[in-house]
Amino acid sequence: MNLFCVGLSHHTANVETREMFAGNRETDCVLRDAGCAEALVLTTCNRVEVYAASENPVATSEVARCLSRKIDNHISELSPFYRHENVECVQHLFRVASGLDSMVVGETEVLGQAKKAYEAARTSGAVGPYLHRLFQRAFRAAKEVRSQTDITRGAVSVGSVAVDLAAKIFGNLPRCKVLIIGAGENAERTTRALASRGVVDLRVSNRSPERARELAAVVGGTAVPFENWPDEFSKIDILITSTSSESPLLTPTHFEKTLRARIDRPLFVIDIGVPRNVDPRVNELAGVYLYDIDSLQSVAEQARALRHQHIAAAEKIIVEHVARFQETLARGLEWRARNNAHPEIGDTSLRASES
Amino acid sequence: MDRQLLILSTVCYLVAVVRTVVALRARVFQQSRFNFFAIVAGFLLQTAFLSIRGHAEHRCPLTNLFEVFVFLAWSVALIYMLVGPAYRLSLMGAFTAPLVVILQTFALVAPIDVPHTAKMPANSWLEFHASISMIAYGAFALACIAGAMYLVQERQLKTRHIHSIFYHLPPLSDLFAAITRLLWLGFLLYTLGLTSGFFVGGPLPHLQIVCAVGVWVLYGAILQGRYSRWFAPKRIAALCIVGFAAALTLLWGISFSAQIH
Repeated sequence: MNLFCVGLSHHTANVETREMFAGNRETDCVLRDAGCAEALVLTTCNRVEVYAASENPVATSEVARCLSRKIDNHISELSPFYRHENVECVQHLFRVASGLDSMVVGETEVLGQAKKAYEAARTSGAVGPYLHRLFQRAFRAAKEVRSQTDITRGAVSVGSVAVDLAAKIFGNLPRCKVLIIGAGENAERTTRALASRGVVDLRVSNRSPERARELAAVVGGTAVPFENWPDEFSKIDILITSTSSESPLLTPTHFEKTLRARIDRPLFVIDIGVPRNVDPRVNELAGVYLYDIDSLQSVAEQARALRHQHIAAAEKIIVEHVARFQETLARGLEWRARNNAHPEIGDTSLRASES
Repeated sequence: MDRQLLILSTVCYLVAVVRTVVALRARVFQQSRFNFFAIVAGFLLQTAFLSIRGHAEHRCPLTNLFEVFVFLAWSVALIYMLVGPAYRLSLMGAFTAPLVVILQTFALVAPIDVPHTAKMPANSWLEFHASISMIAYGAFALACIAGAMYLVQERQLKTRHIHSIFYHLPPLSDLFAAITRLLWLGFLLYTLGLTSGFFVGGPLPHLQIVCAVGVWVLYGAILQGRYSRWFAPKRIAALCIVGFAAALTLLWGISFSAQIH
């Protein structure tokens, strides 16, 4: 039995090409008709891949034809497709599941998508003992990579960096009080990100009171009249500014007045206005952490660099898991040769790894 | 035999330190149970050392400066194991191990393991006073370590240079809460130790009383400053480090004068 993977990803094809080969509900069945004993299609926004086991070789063009959304499509261009056989296929899947092959290295969404694809194929009966073992081991490898390295640490997008930093300062986000000055699109996005992490006390202030009320209604907060926002300073933990003011709206003087009263509570200021709404000297004040759009971007880049530093450690874990999988497979084949049957799918040691 | 146990214990802590330093230099710091187990091993060996000494001397092993330093290192490890997991400050191990290594290495290298010349009869109040004060010092040491962790994280947040270790540090607010609790724990234990000192009996050494009260006033002032909002959390964290350095110096003075007497 041969294990192989045929697919295209953001490394080899643009989104238009990937869309053409995104497959459909019947793809598993079509693949089985094409000669695959077991087949699973993994579709994410960055890749379309078929993992299959077959007694006889199945051509890449045949797999591509099965994946094509057009009926009777003649596949003339196969260059965006890659093919990995046996050990290479195993290694590739482990790298994919661990987020090493992703556009944003270390992202964890792909693991969830792989689990869903596996579950769907298992339910439809398209997965047999080979792919079952392969995917269980892939999930185990991904879990170990995640827990043993820092490859998934640190937010890599500006919005999530702001939320992560807030969590690093305050720990318990739901207890934080947030004031948003300016009700633009960026402010809304950041506020929504905070709300999604459980922040409930949101106060919105804007030159236009209607817009403030609108955003407050959207995020479940309260509107504060624009002339009253300085009164909120002593009560809040996080300040988000996103106004179109040409000159800094907030200077150290604004903060110094209230800092004494809140000396034991830090203040996190997220300035996403361009030009900046907060004087950079505010960051020099004790207990105030000011992040503008550039510094958020810089933290995101540092997190990306950190993830890349952990690639070698993650690859090492994957190599170990590939070797272990090969051993398990060899034992299974030996058992099969002795008993002239498939290895049991309900192997308890494999089931235990499904979490 | 007992010194060999102490050397082995120091090696255990040193292994944890080396592992942390290597990870930090490679910029791929990864928290693991290794440090915790290394510290547990070091702690067990320390306990064995103190037990052997205690049995040999038929009293709490705090008879000279050498034993005082070892007992202090043991107290630091003890408080770490009690509060580290409770406050989810397991990373504290990475910061605790270097302090213990410094204390024990100094104790082993410096010529301070001099047997007490005058054989004093065992006094339970004296032993309680000395041991509880040492455990209080352990809490102050942990507050000092938490303060260092706070300053490391605060600096990274201020400068926006985020290092791998940043992601393993507890949130600033949690660290500050831990510092406050450790200060309270140390202060209460120290008050207990100080008060029990007056029940020891015999003439009270004035220099020791002045030093001990000095430490008590110092930490009392830090706590007062925290609740009166005289100091920002960053200042409190820095004061925990300065305070512990001062307390350690005064402890030296107390132990040294006790040895002379």
